Amino acid sequence: MSVIVSPFREPLIRGGKTYHQITEDLCAATERAPSLAWTIAFAVAGAALSFGSFCIIWTIWVGIGSWNLNRTIGWGWDITNFVWWIGIGHAGTLISAILLLFRQKWRTGVNRAAEAMTIFAVICAALFPGIHVGRMWVIYFFFPYPNTRGPLWPNFNSPLLWDLFAISTYFSVSLLFWYTGLVPDFATVRDRAKGFRKKFYNFLSFGWTGSAKHWQRWESLSLVLAGISTPLVLSVHTIVSFDFATSVIPGWHTTIFPPYFVAGAIFSGFAMVQTLMLITRKVLKLEDYITVEHIESMNKVILLTGTIVGVAYLTELFIAWYSGYVYEQFAFFNRALGPYWWAYFGMMTCNVLSPQLFWIRKFRRSIYWTFLMSIFVNIGMWFERFVIIATSLARDYLPSSWSLYRPTWVEVGIFIGTLGIFFTFYLIFVRVAPVVAIAEVKAILKSVGDQYETKNDAIAIEAAKNPPVHLEEEEHAHH
Amino acid sequence: MSENKEVIYGLYNDETELLRAVKEANSQQLEIMDVFTPFPVHGLDALLHLSESRLHEGGFVYGLLGTLTAFLGMTWIFTKDWPIVIGGKPYWSVPAFIPITFEMTVLFAAWGMTITCYIICGLGPGITNKVLDDRITDDKFCIAFNKSSIGDVNKVNDFFRSTGAAEVNSKVM
Repeated sequence: MSVIVSPFREPLIRGGKTYHQITEDLCAATERAPSLAWTIAFAVAGAALSFGSFCIIWTIWVGIGSWNLNRTIGWGWDITNFVWWIGIGHAGTLISAILLLFRQKWRTGVNRAAEAMTIFAVICAALFPGIHVGRMWVIYFFFPYPNTRGPLWPNFNSPLLWDLFAISTYFSVSLLFWYTGLVPDFATVRDRAKGFRKKFYNFLSFGWTGSAKHWQRWESLSLVLAGISTPLVLSVHTIVSFDFATSVIPGWHTTIFPPYFVAGAIFSGFAMVQTLMLITRKVLKLEDYITVEHIESMNKVILLTGTIVGVAYLTELFIAWYSGYVYEQFAFFNRALGPYWWAYFGMMTCNVLSPQLFWIRKFRRSIYWTFLMSIFVNIGMWFERFVIIATSLARDYLPSSWSLYRPTWVEVGIFIGTLGIFFTFYLIFVRVAPVVAIAEVKAILKSVGDQYETKNDAIAIEAAKNPPVHLEEEEHAHH
Repeated sequence: MSENKEVIYGLYNDETELLRAVKEANSQQLEIMDVFTPFPVHGLDALLHLSESRLHEGGFVYGLLGTLTAFLGMTWIFTKDWPIVIGGKPYWSVPAFIPITFEMTVLFAAWGMTITCYIICGLGPGITNKVLDDRITDDKFCIAFNKSSIGDVNKVNDFFRSTGAAEVNSKVM
């Protein structure tokens, strides 16, 4: 428990919490009746979800002709939304897995909600490849299973099939990771509940007791899941970028795509985490657990990844010019100054210029600016996907087949529907599960809680003198 | 926990007190049945002489199984079962098999390990384990002794008193 605490770091848990107070604070949202704000938000999200479902049924009933795709532009809002949503999911895994491996303690304040966001975002993403094939009722043809059609197998050499494997693996492994973290916290809620709620949470908690051996295995499982989720999350957006990069379309066929997509995914994901967490911490009064330190740390990630994305944009432009390949040069000239110049302009402003504000500490630590910026980044990253997909397709090799594309109400409706799915699930999640990982926060309380900080400095110095066991020194540290 | 056994347990308010008490129990050679905590307490495993979990070794085996399933499966399908020329490339296009092989490795390792973990812990959907005290998942740290395997009950009570347990209770499990 005695960890070296930097005197320069602000505490991550404020308010002089005890273990019991942490339980009270973090279980509270699951134990009270929904507030008016929640009910209204749920109604709005539910309405969006319903309209989206209607538009999906419409698509299946009428056919893909209800969308404005054409012979030239085969991918439009569908794949734009798919890539946007899957990118948003990446922040959750980054926070829960990569930051766990790097022993970043601030992750515990936001990991639970970010992982939930990952799962809901992947659900929204997976919807689009499902419906864009048109004949959704034979969607299972994608999966390689012994069948009576030969057996005829899917094409394992196709990046689109790699994507199917990547997305399904990502979804199911994220779900396992998230749920494993939730099991002890469901047990906490269970042991406070009565009647039907007790039964419900007992089911969810898998009969967790908190035995020492179970904790040991739980930690081992979490660590290995984090270890394998780390290359997994990098592979997912790499493979998504292969959908484009392995094609022969100018503007898509570039080797920079995998790292560029991964950075963009983390960038947009953190923006969505900020959007959600700023609202959540306010509404659920979690300011002591999700502090300005957390927000600043995430803003640093946004600044870093936003700048990587900016470098990638400029590299693309440079290489297009430097390659001497006229189709590539035209694709990028057209991207910036062609019919979709406004999307390119929006992308550059929101993704590259605006995050540069975060070089200034005052902006990084401002709730207001962070929220505004997170919205900007969400919009900018959507534009990025649209720019890559639509502008590259709209002007292909033959000027006679050039085309333009704007979505129909059905396509817009499905996008609104996915926002509805996302927020409906998130709103249910904050009512059912503790939004902040209770056990994990308790485990770091003594190294990052404000009431222990200075004391731990003394303990850490003691511990450095006589290494292995130093329990006595900590005696005064409690209460 | 099928057989009925009587358990004496003490609750502590803090993990440092718990660790000190476990050390004391070791030195008094009291056989601890189990320790329950609201969060993983580091240093406890060594004091309880718990050997390192071998779950990750299982994870490796499951992962390997996934690797082989994917790679050999694709190999068999594309070279034996239904060879097909795609883009003029060889039937056995190893680089193109790498992404799916990787994903299946991760998928098998994650599911295999998770399911194994819950099975060996005796946890799972629909399973109800008796809990000694509802506050163990909140803020109490519990040391439990099996009454039948410790000879002298007074010795245990003395132990709890001397190590500063906030409460001592017993329960039939």
